[in-house]
Amino acid sequence: MPRLVSHPDEVKIVTKRFGQGAANIDRYVELGGYESARKCLAQGPEFIINEMKASGLRGRGGAGFPTGLKWSFVPKVSAKPKYVLVNGDESEPGTCKDHLIFLYDPHSIIEGTIIAGLAIGSKMGFIYLRGEYRYLIEIMEKAVADAYMKGYLGKGIFGSDQEFQVVVQTGAGAYEVGEESALMESLEGKRGVPRIKPPFPAVVGLYGGPTVINNAETIATVPHIFAMGAAAYAAVGSERNGGTRLFGISGHVERPGVYELPMGFNLKKMIYEVAGGIRGGRTLKAVVPGGSSTPVLRPDEIDIGMDFDQVGKAGSMLGSGGVVVLDDQTCIVEFALRTISFYQHESCGWCIPCREGTDWLKKSLTRFHAGFGKAKDIDNIQYLAENMMGRTFCPLGDAAAMPTLGFVKKFRKEFEDHLDGKPCPFAKHVDVALV
Amino acid sequence: MSAAETMSIFSPALAARFDALVQKYPLRRSALVPMLLYAQDEIGYVSDAVIEEVARRVGITPLDVRGVATYYSMLRFKPAGRYNLQVCTNISCMLRGGYDIFDHLQERLGIGHKGVTADGVFSLEEVECIGACCWAPAMQVNYDFHDELTNAKVDEILTDYKAKAAQGGR
Repeated sequence: MPRLVSHPDEVKIVTKRFGQGAANIDRYVELGGYESARKCLAQGPEFIINEMKASGLRGRGGAGFPTGLKWSFVPKVSAKPKYVLVNGDESEPGTCKDHLIFLYDPHSIIEGTIIAGLAIGSKMGFIYLRGEYRYLIEIMEKAVADAYMKGYLGKGIFGSDQEFQVVVQTGAGAYEVGEESALMESLEGKRGVPRIKPPFPAVVGLYGGPTVINNAETIATVPHIFAMGAAAYAAVGSERNGGTRLFGISGHVERPGVYELPMGFNLKKMIYEVAGGIRGGRTLKAVVPGGSSTPVLRPDEIDIGMDFDQVGKAGSMLGSGGVVVLDDQTCIVEFALRTISFYQHESCGWCIPCREGTDWLKKSLTRFHAGFGKAKDIDNIQYLAENMMGRTFCPLGDAAAMPTLGFVKKFRKEFEDHLDGKPCPFAKHVDVALV
Repeated sequence: MSAAETMSIFSPALAARFDALVQKYPLRRSALVPMLLYAQDEIGYVSDAVIEEVARRVGITPLDVRGVATYYSMLRFKPAGRYNLQVCTNISCMLRGGYDIFDHLQERLGIGHKGVTADGVFSLEEVECIGACCWAPAMQVNYDFHDELTNAKVDEILTDYKAKAAQGGR
């Protein structure tokens, strides 16, 4: 069972019911659950979308797109049915926040899905979880069954004349399916390869119908916005970044864990105070601020607020909120190799720059880390990565290229230290057996 | 009972699950990925017979099914051990000793990546991020998560599963 952590600096909004038995529907209702759905049902779509826009909530999957705006793009009238699709494929290395939401507060996901459905005029939602999360899928399925029993789902929800169905779907192992168009492909029973955009899912999505796709944390946040009021929620965060974020701090810190902190919370403080600093009294070498695809930051770059805009200004991305901390004993070349090995394994092969680029980057870095690197390889790695950027259907190519560029540019000396058959200064090995 | 049902390799429970599942979607094919996984859970792997049967039930060709099945990393085409140990070595786990755990298991079991022990009790896999980064290093045994692993903890886990296997349990 994942360990829950706590820190006085936390502002518990999304996590406030964690550890309180809220997976039980009666307990969830006792804690104020499903009140927001009732409120939204009474107020109607326009109210919902306006409040969502006012809340400043931005997509928690990583792109940070304003949720209210996304919902407003769905046409009011559509010949085809509209859908809500919740992305719980959580697979970005360094990210385990949705894991806790499914475990401790599954009804918040259902309630958020209902509200999204009311906002766009949809009668059906899908909650897609990665296949590895079987025990969480069972928790979600139980929660959905309970919501049907209570009349919160199905025909005539909450005694109204509105219908809303929810289906919980399992994946079967694929990082790429976390990309929204690949997610729809998978849900349609196909290989999870991305679709070209436009058309965007809000216009042509699942089964060809207009579809809103939101990350699980985004959806779980929605009921809280209506419970506390959009303005109050927005006030918690920083400028143009409403509310809180579930930051998963992992790696070489004393107290790793998922902490709910206001958007804009200082990264340095997050590492040294909230997570207890670097493990074993070591010093910090680098931070990957938002999941494995986000460019690395050096210790002198971490005195920044953790919101989409400030991390962007610092040359990286807030991404999925997975903060990975590396101490001074970590070999950056090894870390870069493990990162690219992941993307090579997960590239779906649809777009050539990504399929070939990740493979060659892995080959180059493997040779490099084994001590057979040549000086020109460093530039070659950079050249390869640069030529993947922006040349693929989906962001996986960028997700592989961006961190690689970061490692080479910011830690070039470590690459040079591996040259001329010199053994890895950290004397470690990566034998990547994955095929 | 129709010919298709009498020839089924699905248990009645699995067949019922399929029938209930296809009702839920606007499109029958949406049941494909879940059904392949559920069939694997019951039969042990995605065998040719599973592919044939799923294709017939969904109403697509076996080639279509195979094309989809080969995409997903959790689906396998030969049997694993009764307890499939999936060790995460991705970045967060690596930083906290994921490779040491994987090496330890290789030594203890005498098998490598995707190997199966001679008695068929254990199989071992190095896997990508399983979403337990803040409780690293972590692994899954079938669908059960085990986190904050140490070699000693891994040994205990192996002993527990061995005992379970000896009792014929799953």
